[in-house]
Amino acid sequence: MDVTGLAPLLALLTPVVGAAGVVMLRHRVPARELCGIVAGLVQLGLIATLVPAVRDGGTVSVTLSTFLPEVSIALRADALGVVLAGTAAILWVLTTIYAMGYFGTTLDPKVTRFHACLCLTMAGTVGVAFSANLITLYLFYEAMTIITYPLVAHTGTPEALRGGRRYLAYQLGAGIAFLLPAIVLTYVEAGTFDFVPGGILDEGASSLLLVTIYVLYLLGIAKAALMPIHSWLPAAMVAPIPVSALLHAVAVVNVGVFCVMRVVLDVFGSDLTGNLGLGVLTLVATSVTILIASLYALRLDNLKGILAYSTIGQLSYMMLGVALLSPGGRTGGILHLVGHSFSKITLFFAVGSIYLASQRTLASELRGIGRQLPWTMAAFAVGALSIIGLPPTVGFVAKYFLFLGAVEAGQWAVLVVLSVSTLLSAGYYLRILQSALFAAAVPASAGGAPDTARLSRTPTLKDPGALVIGPLIVTAAVTLLLGIAPSWLLDLIRVVGP
Amino acid sequence: MNEITADEQIGFPILSTLVFLPTVTLIALGFLRNDRAARRVAMAGALAVLGLSLVLAGQFRRGDTDFQFAEQLPWVEAVGISYHLAVDGVSVLFVPLTALLVVVVMLSSATSVRHQPRAYLMAVLAFETAAIGVFTAVDLILFFVFFEIMLIPTYVLIKVWGGGSQRGRAAQRYVLTMLLGSAALLIGFILLGVSYRSAPGSDGALSFDLLVLMDSPVPLGTQTAAFFLLAFAFALKAPMFPFHGWMPAALMEGPIGMAVLLVGLKMGVFGFLRFVLPLTPDAFASWSWLIAALGIAAVLFGALIALVQFDLRRLIAFASISHVGLAMLGLSSLNAQGVQGAVFLLVNLGLVSTAMLLAAGFIQQRVGSTDVAALGGLAQRTPALATFLFVASLGAVGLPGTSGFPGEFLILLGAFSAHGWLAAIAVTTVILAAAYVLMFFQRSVHGRIRSTVVEAAQDLRSREALTATVLGVSIIVLGFFPAAVLDYSSASVDDLVTRLDAATAVAAQE
Repeated sequence: MDVTGLAPLLALLTPVVGAAGVVMLRHRVPARELCGIVAGLVQLGLIATLVPAVRDGGTVSVTLSTFLPEVSIALRADALGVVLAGTAAILWVLTTIYAMGYFGTTLDPKVTRFHACLCLTMAGTVGVAFSANLITLYLFYEAMTIITYPLVAHTGTPEALRGGRRYLAYQLGAGIAFLLPAIVLTYVEAGTFDFVPGGILDEGASSLLLVTIYVLYLLGIAKAALMPIHSWLPAAMVAPIPVSALLHAVAVVNVGVFCVMRVVLDVFGSDLTGNLGLGVLTLVATSVTILIASLYALRLDNLKGILAYSTIGQLSYMMLGVALLSPGGRTGGILHLVGHSFSKITLFFAVGSIYLASQRTLASELRGIGRQLPWTMAAFAVGALSIIGLPPTVGFVAKYFLFLGAVEAGQWAVLVVLSVSTLLSAGYYLRILQSALFAAAVPASAGGAPDTARLSRTPTLKDPGALVIGPLIVTAAVTLLLGIAPSWLLDLIRVVGP
Repeated sequence: MNEITADEQIGFPILSTLVFLPTVTLIALGFLRNDRAARRVAMAGALAVLGLSLVLAGQFRRGDTDFQFAEQLPWVEAVGISYHLAVDGVSVLFVPLTALLVVVVMLSSATSVRHQPRAYLMAVLAFETAAIGVFTAVDLILFFVFFEIMLIPTYVLIKVWGGGSQRGRAAQRYVLTMLLGSAALLIGFILLGVSYRSAPGSDGALSFDLLVLMDSPVPLGTQTAAFFLLAFAFALKAPMFPFHGWMPAALMEGPIGMAVLLVGLKMGVFGFLRFVLPLTPDAFASWSWLIAALGIAAVLFGALIALVQFDLRRLIAFASISHVGLAMLGLSSLNAQGVQGAVFLLVNLGLVSTAMLLAAGFIQQRVGSTDVAALGGLAQRTPALATFLFVASLGAVGLPGTSGFPGEFLILLGAFSAHGWLAAIAVTTVILAAAYVLMFFQRSVHGRIRSTVVEAAQDLRSREALTATVLGVSIIVLGFFPAAVLDYSSASVDDLVTRLDAATAVAAQE
């Protein structure tokens, strides 16, 4: 039997089996965690088997179930899907290891729930990545919303429940109110749900209707956190670090961006998007989001809040790249999806490590912490440089292609936006790095700030254990590696056509 | 319409066996004195029916438009009435569904019904005979007989085992409402039977046979009259807004088992599929705007009222009204997506409403109330029950990945094609559904424990957990593999839609 043919399906089912295993092994630590890790590695292997098939522009399809002749649940792996699924699978394994260090070896049922939900989230992510049509995409997209809700509300405190409620309301509300009608209208116009490179809609329909459908998509795909549908992301920061790291730097938000890319490339197609002026519309929306999010981040002191707003801005970079409708822009957007995942998860891991070592959560509390937590802060620095877009990190390569794409498309205003936003991100990240790495440590008696007591309680800090430090070093290393040798990944990304 | 006989397909009259096996069990119960033995015998009978109904589904030839497993005996030949049973791709789905719901009701009654359990089980079995009869009868008068017989066990169940203080009135209201509908139904049926007399090839004889009537065109005037009479009767039964008054009362006052059967089996909508669409297609097509308007009104009304309910059972009642509206919207779109969606929605509601009501029953038993004020924090004491309610809630919202989604989605597709932007209103109700269901879930299951009763509540016992698991898994599996249901109905639905399509053409000519 041809394993490659079934690989998309198996990659979808592996984490489901993993989740069942986690629940069954709930009384055995660390077998429970190992189960998640093994499932992740198997899934990664299955996704890897797809690479040779898709890197020449091929696809691997499996049909699961048919509603009506033209409406089916079907999987189809292509280069873009493999990029999304592969990135998420690697980081899932690392997050699981990190979580072992973060939560410790506890039999707490909440931690079991965390690992099981993480597995199911990965099933959802792979389902979205390999969706062959809008129905399948919607199915897994919404399933992810439900599965991730317990993760966001993990701690069960009133604050966490409030954040979780907001998360659920935004996701479900936007999904049903905007995304569902958009999909139905697409079918009414195009007569099909299937993704076809080059698009399924054509200019036969009234342009008002087409623009409406497009706007409904942008509003409906709340996971992409395009303003004004973004405030669920900062709200979701009530979740513990491992959750925020995988969901709100990688799985959930990447799925959102991926859906927008699918809509632009495979539903509308670059030509129609350009002719209707939807590319420019998206550029404006993403530019506004990028600038406002950066300004927000600049004002904040809470580390997770800064990362959340930084993520909102960076997600718009990816969509902006694809909306430029030029080869360079597309490459930059998709590469940034991968690069940002590794960079931002490094930052989240580092913030978690800081919290474990010192219970600190504010940027202003980090003075001089670099000397005490060298590994953590070195990784943090790599992640931050990548987000700002400085060499030799992957963030630089992505930004290079975005600039190139903007020039190709003749969108000079975008160049200005990208430059200004680079300065703004440099502003808030360098501020943190400078005080952490170069300032003297806070003396125990300094000032009368309410947190002084807390700081003085732990005079000598050290990096947490290998389970925490290991993953963040790996993600930082990949951030550098992809910055130095990006060509093999670029070959895969360039396959994604207009 | 052609048929394949049961002899040809399976060698014995399987439909009659399904209809009367519950009756035989009922009679057997009459001879038992021991309640425990009675429970076992009743359960064995119900399980046998379920098993046999699965055989029926397994042997059914999918993709065939013919009526199958047909059996016919002469009854009142002089006026064209016969004992005629058969199933098509739509009705074959409701036989296993009925059997499953009866098993579920019996399982849940083991702990909830203490008062005269033997009589309770007999009433449930009587209901099963009538319900399977309704789903399999293809003679109009035979259908009517089963339809009427059903009132008796329903009345008794509400009156004797109801939990509310107003149960007598609720039972009476139910029966009176149904009798009003029955009168209209009978007149409509007779109108159709008599009009056959002037059809070519009838030789002046009457016929009440659905299969015969489907082959002979009915004049538009008769169709319109019959359409309104039948539509009125089935709208009362469904219940379709604005004829829903009896339903919340019956649900609040009646026992949970009765509620499961009344809400889970949407016989009113089935009546539309079975008789109104095939026999009065021209009238249905030309009045489909009215059905669509009432459907949308029901969808909105039900959802808005459900939004302000604090009691789970009342919430389910109004959600059900909203869902019936959605199903009617699907039928009114006159295309395959809409009608398939409606069929799937009916099957889904059988599972989801049952799961919701069952969860309500579990809560009622533990806390003594299903009002949100008495709940709060259930998840901490009863995690399994909370999970069950959650899965059922997701199904009720129609979230993808549950059986609620395919039906709703197909209906929206059909409605958008047929009615354009009007269908957008139906989308808003999906949001309202998410709001009312999840808000209730949030208030009752999450949060702090507010009462000592909740504090002491026990989680699901093994038998309850089994029932919950069967329903929960079905809800999820059908969400991913809707073809399991739609493969059965697609051929019959296509045939129905062709009839409606021809009808639209005829209506346009006139």
